[in-house]
This record gives sequence, C-alpha cells and structure tokens, in this order.
Amino acid sequence: MDVFWQTLVAGILKGGLYALIGIGMTLIMGVMGIINLAQGQLMMVSMYITYVLFSALRIDPYLSLIIAMPALFLLGVLIQKYLLNPLIKVDTILPHNQVLMTVGIGMVLTEVARFIFKSDYRSVSTTYSNETFFLGHISFSVALTVAFGIAVVFTLGMFWFLMKTDLGRSIRATAQDKEAATLMGVNTGRITVITFGLGSALAACAGTLLAPVFYIFPDIGAPFTSKAFVIVVLGGLGSTVGAIFGGLTLGIAESLGSTYLGMDYENIIGMVIFVAVLVFLPSGFKRLTKV
Amino acid sequence: MKKNLYPMIFLIALIVFPLVLRQEYYQHLIILFMMWVVIGSSWNLLAGYTGRVSFGHAAFFGSGAYAAGLLAYHYGISPWWGMATGGLLATAVAFPFGWITFRLHGAYFALATLALNEVLKDAAKIAEPLTNGMVGILIMPTFSSKLPYYYIILVMMVLTILCMRLTVRSKLGYYFVSIREDQDAAESMGINTTRYKMISLCIGTFWTGLAGAFYMNYMGFIDPSVVFSLQDLSIAAVLVGIVGGVGTIYGPAVGAFIMIAVQEFFRSGFFGLFKYFGDKTGSGAFTTLSEFVKSAHTLGFGLLVILVILLLPNGIVGDWTKIKTKLFRMKVTT
Repeated sequence: MDVFWQTLVAGILKGGLYALIGIGMTLIMGVMGIINLAQGQLMMVSMYITYVLFSALRIDPYLSLIIAMPALFLLGVLIQKYLLNPLIKVDTILPHNQVLMTVGIGMVLTEVARFIFKSDYRSVSTTYSNETFFLGHISFSVALTVAFGIAVVFTLGMFWFLMKTDLGRSIRATAQDKEAATLMGVNTGRITVITFGLGSALAACAGTLLAPVFYIFPDIGAPFTSKAFVIVVLGGLGSTVGAIFGGLTLGIAESLGSTYLGMDYENIIGMVIFVAVLVFLPSGFKRLTKV
Repeated sequence: MKKNLYPMIFLIALIVFPLVLRQEYYQHLIILFMMWVVIGSSWNLLAGYTGRVSFGHAAFFGSGAYAAGLLAYHYGISPWWGMATGGLLATAVAFPFGWITFRLHGAYFALATLALNEVLKDAAKIAEPLTNGMVGILIMPTFSSKLPYYYIILVMMVLTILCMRLTVRSKLGYYFVSIREDQDAAESMGINTTRYKMISLCIGTFWTGLAGAFYMNYMGFIDPSVVFSLQDLSIAAVLVGIVGGVGTIYGPAVGAFIMIAVQEFFRSGFFGLFKYFGDKTGSGAFTTLSEFVKSAHTLGFGLLVILVILLLPNGIVGDWTKIKTKLFRMKVTT
C-alpha cells in the first residue's frame, strides 16, 4: 500500500506543476481561441534563464523567478504583438495560421537554445535537488514539494487576479465574447497581448520551478507542449479550473502508469486519456465543473 | 495545353536528370524531394482543400513504413508488396481515427493528430516482439543503384499529383472546398460533411502510407524515432504545405523543393562556401562560422515559416501574382 500512496504523492506534486503550464495555455486558448504550441518551448527558455543565473551568478532558482517571469512576460508580449496579432488581419485560406505560427516560434526558440547552449544536458544542482524528507513511510522530494507550494500560490494568485481585478474581468469578458467585450469598451487587442504575456509568465514559473529537478536540454520543450495540451483538452478548452484538475489527473495517471506498467508507458497513458476524453467527454472537465 | 506546359517541361527534366547527372548525391536529393512532394500533396488535400490541418502526418507515414518493414522482416515477403499494404494500413489507421475526431468541431482534429503521432511512436517503441522497439528494422535493399528507386518514386509522384488534380477538379473537390470555407453552410446544402472529410482523409493518408513504404524500401532501415518523428516528418509536412502554398496543386512541389534546398544549403555550410573561404584566408573565423551554419538548418526553416506566414500567407504558389507584381514594380521604380 505504501507504494500506492508514494506514487499518488509523486503524481500530485508533478500534477501541480503541470497545472501551472496548463493554466497558461488554457488562458491563451480562451482569449485567442488558439492552442499555443510553443508553450513548452517558452518553459524551456525560462529553464535556461534559470540555469544561466544559477551557474554564472549563483542565484537560487526560486529567487530567479523574479527575473525569469518578467522576462518571459516580455517575450510573450513581443510574440503576440509582432507575430500573432498581425495575422488576424491577414487574408488567407490557410486554416489555423496562428497555431502554425506558434509551431514556427517553438522551432526557432528550440534551435536558438541549441545554438547557444549546444545539445548537452545541463542541470541546476542545488543542495536540495536530491534531498527528501519523510512523512510516515512516504518520501517527499524537497524541491518538488517547494515547487508545488509555489505553484499553488501562483495558481491562487491567478484566480484572484482573474476574478477580482478589472484587468482579470476584461480577460474573462474577452474570452467569453470578443465582440461584446469590445462594445463594452474593453481594448481586446491589448488584452490578447497581456494574456499571451501572462501565459508565458506562467510557463516561465513552471520552468524555473522544474529546473532543479529536471535535466535541461533544448528539446525538453516539445514533450511539455504535448502534456500541456492534453491538460487543456482534459480540462475543457479555456477552463482554468478544468486545467487544474486536468494537470492533477495527468500527473497522477502518469505516475501510476510508470509504477504499475513500466516507465515506457508514462507518455502513452497521457495520450490514451486524451483520446478517451475526446471520445467520451469532448468538452472535458468543464462540463462537470461548469467554470 | 499551355496550362500544362511548365509541369510537362519539369517532368521531362526530371526523367532526363539522372541520366545526365550521375552523381548519387544529387540523385538522392531528388529522390527525397519527390518523396516529399507525395507527402506534401497528400497533406495538402486534407489541410489545403478540406481545411483540416494534420499535425501528425508521421503517424500515417510511419504506419506505411512499418507495414512494409514488418512483412519483409517477419515473413520474408518482398517489401515491394509492402508498398500496397503500406498505403492500406495507413488508411486503416486513419479510418477509425477520422470516424472519432471528425464528429467534433474546431481544433480537435488538429490536436488529435498530434496525439495519434505520439501514441503510435510510443506503441512502436513498446511492442518489442513485433517491431524490435528502439532497435528498429533493417532489411536488405533490393537494388544497389539509386536509379530504380528514382523512377519508382517519380511514377509515384506523378500518380499522386494526377490523383490530386482529378480529385480537386471533380465534384469531390468542390465538396472539400465548401467544407473548408464553411462547414455549417456545406452541411445545410445537403453535403454529408463527415463522409467527405473521411474520403479526403483516406485519400491523403493512402499516399502518405505509400511514401512511408517507399522510404522503408529505399533506406532499408527504420526505427520509431525516425518514421514517427514529430519534428522531421509531421511538422516538416506542414511546412512543405504552407511554404509552397496550401490549396494549390503544385504548391507542395515548390515547398518540398525549398525545404530540401534549405536543408542541404545549411547542412553543407552554404555548399562549402565558408569552408572554402576559411581554407583560403586561413582564418579560423570562417571555419567556426561554417560549423554554426551546419547546425542551423532547422533554425533556417523555422524562420522561413514565420516569414512565409507573415508575408506570404498563401504560400509561394498561392501568392505568386502578388510576388510578381511587387518584383515588377520594384524593377520599374529603380
């Protein structure tokens, strides 16, 4: 039974961080109606920022959140403003051209990272990277637990922001009905830019939190992009609450799968869940949670 | 006749090409180019004409390659028979998949193809008794020369393009375009949209599977990370389509040519230009630069995609008149 609880705990800890990436993607999905297929690559960029700050200036990964998040916010704003928003006006028969653009952006980010850092595996090895503590018989990784805590704080903060502030309300209004929001005096162009920035910043947060635990290499982005979109579909496109449940579900399912079926099955389980959701519950958890 | 003039000239050039230029390197490049025309065209039928973007064409390519490879590996059946089964297996994979996903509106299909690609890749890795897992499948190539392969893929490419042309100019093609333009309107006109999307998917995946089986024959070696590669196959197929021009017959051919050209351009360090300068001047700067350039071919293609989507949203063939007038005007003013 200990193995089961251990697996569950590991899954929840990982799921919390997945949720953070998922929320970023689902926000963008809700407001712009596109899946950002560069989400994992943005996360990869923040991991490298953390790595550089750590190896050059010995800045603790958790402190470098203060630098990585604004930096990625800025990057997201620039991407949305100069690469994605111009596409709205472009007249084309190409379907999903914004999504394809994010694919291109993802490729360029990966290759630029490879250009600068080569394909080598890097790691941010802090003193607590491999440390664990025990509650009963169950071991908790210190780095993952702290990361989970910070992820929860940011998720709650995001909620407060979306529910209580004017800007958050404008974002939700734009997501619900763009034209109506424009009529109510919301500058939707500006909202899309801010939303993409926020989505990138959340990816940056997840990336920085994961940096002490994962090896860092240029291609790490793509698997996280696919995880993020599984989460978004699981949760229901555009649903923030759904993304949290989606992230936790994916995390738990992955770690149960790798414990009881074997490490090879970790990825395939996420995809099987994804297909099952598409078939049986196409609107995801949104249908159950109603938010 | 005039409309077919350029493709005919091009075709004759392709037939004569290997007889004139006997270097295997160039023949290899043209073989890859023609394979990409097949893949790009079949992607284009689905995305460009029917409006359903597939982000996971490697799933069908890989199915075709594995169909041919496994038959040869386990039963000793000539992999050329596998060509036929390759196309059929790819369609067999596509059929239930389309049946599930085409009932959903919006971006679900595009996302599900991405997932299908990953699932099949992992499945091929895990099913070791059948597929040898990561070790891959190695078969003896049938011909030692590249010429037979060259003409086989040439015939395949011509057949693909003819098939696309026939489909697009028939009633079927108009149904596809009407689905792309407005699915709900098409439905209310009495078009069974799910059925026609399925037909489009099946035709497209059949040719992709065939290309996969050809790849198995030609290369003699496959493993899951090569034939189910997201980056090198699925995304590349999308790129071939959009650079050349979606919804055009010859767009994928142009896109495939540019992709192979860009790839080789970077891979060979601008055709050895930098290395030449480096040797000539004896400075290390050029040599390091050439190393950088060699590793940057994906970067070059990524930048190309961003520029094409921004500036030539209908691709090079789709926006040809726009390019022509712009260039012409520039000539007049200067």
